Amino acid sequence: MVIFSTFFSVIIGLPLGILVVITEKNGIWEKPKLNWILETIINVSRSFPFIILMILVFPLSRIIVGSTIGTTASIVPLSVAASPFVARIIENSIKEVDKGVIESVISMGAKPIDIILKVLIPEAMPSIVLGITLTMINLVGFSAMAGAIGGGGLGDLAIRYGFYRFQTDIMMSSVILIIIIVQSIQFIGNKLSKAVNKN
Amino acid sequence: MISINNVYKFYENNDKKFKALDDINLEIKENEIFGVIGLSGAGKSTLIRTINRLEEPTKGHININGENILNFNKKELRGLRKNIGMIFQSFNLLNSKTVFENIAFPLRLQKLDKEYIEKRVNELLDLVNLKDKKNTYPSQLSGGQKQRVAIARALANNPNILLCDEATSSLDPKTTKKILTLLKDIQKKLDLTIVLITHEMEVIKEICNRVAIMENGKIIELDTVTEVFTNPKTETSKSFINKSNKDLNYIKLSNLEKRKVYKLKFIGEVSKEPVISEIIKKFNIYVNILSGNIDELMSNSVGTLIVEFLGDEDDINKAKNWIKDKNIRLELIKN
Repeated sequence: MVIFSTFFSVIIGLPLGILVVITEKNGIWEKPKLNWILETIINVSRSFPFIILMILVFPLSRIIVGSTIGTTASIVPLSVAASPFVARIIENSIKEVDKGVIESVISMGAKPIDIILKVLIPEAMPSIVLGITLTMINLVGFSAMAGAIGGGGLGDLAIRYGFYRFQTDIMMSSVILIIIIVQSIQFIGNKLSKAVNKN
Repeated sequence: MISINNVYKFYENNDKKFKALDDINLEIKENEIFGVIGLSGAGKSTLIRTINRLEEPTKGHININGENILNFNKKELRGLRKNIGMIFQSFNLLNSKTVFENIAFPLRLQKLDKEYIEKRVNELLDLVNLKDKKNTYPSQLSGGQKQRVAIARALANNPNILLCDEATSSLDPKTTKKILTLLKDIQKKLDLTIVLITHEMEVIKEICNRVAIMENGKIIELDTVTEVFTNPKTETSKSFINKSNKDLNYIKLSNLEKRKVYKLKFIGEVSKEPVISEIIKKFNIYVNILSGNIDELMSNSVGTLIVEFLGDEDDINKAKNWIKDKNIRLELIKN
């Protein structure tokens, strides 16, 4: 559930984040109107509390996966919720790329698409990897919440058996499992980020 | 080769117009090393960036090889930029790529074939003497090595023009010298036209043929380096030159009004002749040397002596005339 939603939110969020940076004032592909539209979409969709967003996305889930309950169905709201978050994270990572480096590449006659694919993304990679790790961890939390409205997964287990049936041991073990998952995601993310960092 | 005519650049900041470039006129010749010197904020960085349009002038004309580059569309501009290499103060290498990949970058942008890229990058590594660093990442290199990689990268497309934006300003004096020597060598080898900006007179002295001095967006002095060194016309150029030969500033003289203290400037061959001994012998006066210095310029050497003449007034005047005939500049020091 988390892996798939991370995957889809990166697919949507990465181009969105890059577009926001390059269409900005003094960006490499300045488009103020498009930039305003993107900013608004990201901000509005980030303002929704996740639990509300999940319910709002039910029709979309029904169209895409044909159901609103269960693990597969909750991938839709999770991806929708995480995409603007990923976009912001990617935006920040891309903005960290040295302006001088971009200028030097422009001075070689690079096209905007070359700058994005060969400079912005590779140079920001260590930071992007950490950002995606953060997204995954957030998604673990969100997915536990998705469990509350029939999304399945560990959260479902914790709330249904642990909370409603007062089976504290099940609740505790689900929580411990979640902690272990979060820890391992962070550990792997850090390792990966280090591996791609050449500084 | 590069002619810049009536170029202006305005920035608007809170309704206040700021003139970064104020009526710039420049003619840069083929195969010369042209320097622009000025303090920070003088506009030199904006000026060098207009040559490859990293900075768009507000108005004016810039012609390179007879073509007005301000009329170029995006595609033509990219073509132009491939013909102009540029290096920077902060090197601006791609940290995620090896030395080899950094140098190969401009070639890969043009999708040239692999074998050619391999061959060309190796040539360039040879040129800047960095063969052994081929597979290292920029973070493991020293400042001087990074700038050498940047030079190789800038030369990858065989440009005829190389722009240097404060290329040595973040390097120590010894490394600066090495980089300047390298630039001088490749200029000769590859028949490059180099335009460089700096705030250090040492750099100008070392490699430039001509120099423009900038202040408040204007060029206030433009001449050969020898001429500017021997006969600076503005206060700014004087202060740049004095900064580069500090010892002359340190001599403090008392009672200057009553004494005959002169600054003598020898240019070229005459700086190697025993002029002072001749004066003493011929005119029977005493010459007290207070300070001396020789500046080795790119094309010439300029000697500076500060001397005091003691003796008979007539003899001193005769000596002064003889000095002038020798083509040595003579200037009375007043304060």
